[in-house]
Amino acid sequence: MPDDSPTPVVRFRNVSRHFGDVRAVDDISLDILDGEFFSMLGPSGSGKTTCLRLIAGFDTPTSGEIDLHGAPAGRLAPFERDVNTVFQDYALFPHMTVGENIAYGPAIRGVPREDRERQVAEMLDLVRLPGVADRKPAQLSGGQRQRVALARALINRPRLLLLDEPLGALDLKLRQQMQIELKGIQERLGITFIHVTHDQEEALAMSDRLAVFRSGRIDQIGTPAEVYENPATAFVADFVGISNLVHGPDAQAITGSPAPFTIRPEKIRMLAADVAPGPGDLTVDGTIQDVVYLGMHTRYRVTVTSGAVLTVVAQNREAAAGDVQALRGHPVRLSWPRDQGRPVENRS
Amino acid sequence: MKRRPFASFLFRHPRLALALLILPPILWLSIVNLGSIASLAVQSFFRLDDFTGMVVREFTLDTWRQLFTPANLDIIRRTVVMAVCVTLATAGLAFPVAYYMARLATPRVRAFLTLAVLLPLWSSYLVRVYAWKLILAKEGVVSWLFDQAGLTWLLDGILEMPLIGGPSLSVSWIGIFLAFTYVWLPYMILPIEAALEKVPESLLEASSDLGARPRETFRRVVLPLAFPGIVAGSIFTFSLTLGDFVVPGVLGNSSLYIGQAVLAHQGTAGNIPLAAVFTVVPMGIMCVYLVLARRAGAFEAL
Amino acid sequence: MRTVRRRAPWSLKAVVAAVILFLHLPFALIVLYAFTTEDASYTFPPPGLTLRWIQAAYNRPDVWEALGLSFRVGATATGVALLLGTLAAVAVHRSRFFGREAVSFMLLLPIALPGIVTGIALRSAINLLDLPFSFWTVVIGHATFCVVVVYNNALARLRRTAPSLLEASMDLGATGGQTFRRIVLPNLGTALLAGGMLAFALSFDEIIVTTFTAGQQSTLPIWIFTQMTKPRQRPVTNVVAVFVVLLTTIPILLAHLLTRRDDDRP
Repeated sequence: MPDDSPTPVVRFRNVSRHFGDVRAVDDISLDILDGEFFSMLGPSGSGKTTCLRLIAGFDTPTSGEIDLHGAPAGRLAPFERDVNTVFQDYALFPHMTVGENIAYGPAIRGVPREDRERQVAEMLDLVRLPGVADRKPAQLSGGQRQRVALARALINRPRLLLLDEPLGALDLKLRQQMQIELKGIQERLGITFIHVTHDQEEALAMSDRLAVFRSGRIDQIGTPAEVYENPATAFVADFVGISNLVHGPDAQAITGSPAPFTIRPEKIRMLAADVAPGPGDLTVDGTIQDVVYLGMHTRYRVTVTSGAVLTVVAQNREAAAGDVQALRGHPVRLSWPRDQGRPVENRS
Repeated sequence: MKRRPFASFLFRHPRLALALLILPPILWLSIVNLGSIASLAVQSFFRLDDFTGMVVREFTLDTWRQLFTPANLDIIRRTVVMAVCVTLATAGLAFPVAYYMARLATPRVRAFLTLAVLLPLWSSYLVRVYAWKLILAKEGVVSWLFDQAGLTWLLDGILEMPLIGGPSLSVSWIGIFLAFTYVWLPYMILPIEAALEKVPESLLEASSDLGARPRETFRRVVLPLAFPGIVAGSIFTFSLTLGDFVVPGVLGNSSLYIGQAVLAHQGTAGNIPLAAVFTVVPMGIMCVYLVLARRAGAFEAL
Repeated sequence: MRTVRRRAPWSLKAVVAAVILFLHLPFALIVLYAFTTEDASYTFPPPGLTLRWIQAAYNRPDVWEALGLSFRVGATATGVALLLGTLAAVAVHRSRFFGREAVSFMLLLPIALPGIVTGIALRSAINLLDLPFSFWTVVIGHATFCVVVVYNNALARLRRTAPSLLEASMDLGATGGQTFRRIVLPNLGTALLAGGMLAFALSFDEIIVTTFTAGQQSTLPIWIFTQMTKPRQRPVTNVVAVFVVLLTTIPILLAHLLTRRDDDRP
């Protein structure tokens, strides 16, 4: 890893965590920079939550070193680290009020009562939940509890905040709203956020950079655009967004070379059978198998001449004409600029 | 963040923290629980010197041999018979109540009945036994009832009967039997109710759908499924009866039950070895019973 | 969820009512007998009713002595049980250690075995060690089953506590000890209260094990037991009996309500 001047907030150096035969985390090295919103994305069991727990101090690596703020975290206990966590189930203390929950960290540190109350009020304003300090967690909705959990962590002004799938339990609209709010809070406070999720859309929406995890290793780290437009492996291409993986004889038929590549569905244009493609574009003919109307866009599955099935997504600029299913069986010509197809290594 | 070396050390060495936590309970357990059971076993191999009245602390099988005298075997037989009768009686009385509670009562009635069954369990066991002394006394409620119904001759007839009768109901086998049935009844109701609750209604519907009449459904579906609950309840009634000295003491005559024998021997006589040996009998019987009960599936019903 | 309930036959309802009555009438009769004017026998119906036996019971020094002993034993045994039971529950819950099943099993033994076995086991030990009967022999006897009750209640509550709560506390800067004091203990609160009340009530009512460990001392149940063969002043025994029932039933009822409300909480 290039060692640029600012010290990374978190540095993993060849970190592994084994549970018997299972390698939950397998030789991971990564730098997380100060002030960034970093996401760890991957399916369940890919090691991202384990990494989070290693950073928080609830677990120690089997091998390798983790540095926090430039110094080895070694075997520091969680209560010794300048890191706070927002838990997946929020973990609000049921026997305390919202105010007491949020003030927990300061209370442990011995902050006097007036200061605590003031800080709690500030935090509640920050997460836009004024006036609930005297209620018990059981009386709040899921979204409200989530904000309290956030406030409880942020009141300690940690240099690093960990979020373990924080939006998973919320419904779609609330989730989208919270994504924007979380990002806003992070930018305002300038704290480094490390966020674990399996929702690739969320990761793309919020992160400055993200890491895609698979089976305890990282397949790719980069900005959302980098990861989406230039997936390093077939797995990344498929996990982040939808992608078409073309290899072997199909690749040969389309590009003239058997090297595998991926092409994003929205990059493929559907032309009527007689329309000429642009210069330098690849084309292939096929028949429409399936049509799925999704309001904003429509998703087509097209069987091309070589036998492969490609997914194509087209925005519905004009209103859909009658029964979209009638398109099934129609011949169509697919085309895309050659360089939109990304070469990919099939790392297993 | 502050460094907290001691707390951090404990965090990283959870086994040490655990050891500190568990030390007092382990000490307690080994000294008191295990130690006393070991003492029991050890004492059973000692004997009492009749002459000096002291326990002789040498290994011997004498005391065990004493167990097999006719008088002592009589005591054991008497107690086991009583346990069997009580178990059958409680099962018979408990089943309808449990069935009603589990399958037919509305939730409110069921909650009320549960409380009604639990309340006697929670109130003093000793007082409940004592109540029967009052009820069965010569001048008590039962005689008065018989009198009012003009059935005093019937009562006298029952009392004349050998083995189960006596000078008064409160000093008779029947008296002991009634009292035992009364005190252990809740212990039988609750497991049967739990077992019956688990039977899905769909099973009964399927049975009648396949052509069985209600009585057959009961016999072929309900009863077998309730059986583990009955066995679970019987574990309680059986073991509690085997070891009890209060009920026979309050309502019995001079024929001893195991519990009374144990109490008598360890009392003024100081014959702890024989008391210990006698105690092993109900333990042994219950071990066998538990093995059989496990096979009958009672442990899932508990 | 059962929707349609079949109607119960009238005869079944009658049987159920009869059995429930059977379970409760005897106690009602004891209450009645506590007020009878007759003092030597159990005549029914009672010739008259009076309150003087309550006064008589109040004036009996042996009753007070037995009551005092029962209270002291109960309080001490409950205290011991709260300490040991909580420690054991926390230890068993937190870790998988070698012999965990064995510890669990040994803890539950006093309740699983018939009282007479525990009683004679303790008596054997007392004899073997040449210990004198004392307040402490009684307390130890009671503590064996009191520990179980507290242990069960505490363990059940611990199992229902989300582990993330403890991690959250440590994440926010609290050490293990602070977490125990501020999070675990308050969470256990009502469970320990219920367990303690249950333990006290069981101790107060206990006769079987106590008979073997008390020697010449009398707790209240022992007093009642010995009174059952003495014909003098029977109604005093009845008054004391009623009092004992109230003192044991009410704590258990409260403990039941306390732990039941837990099941409804999220």
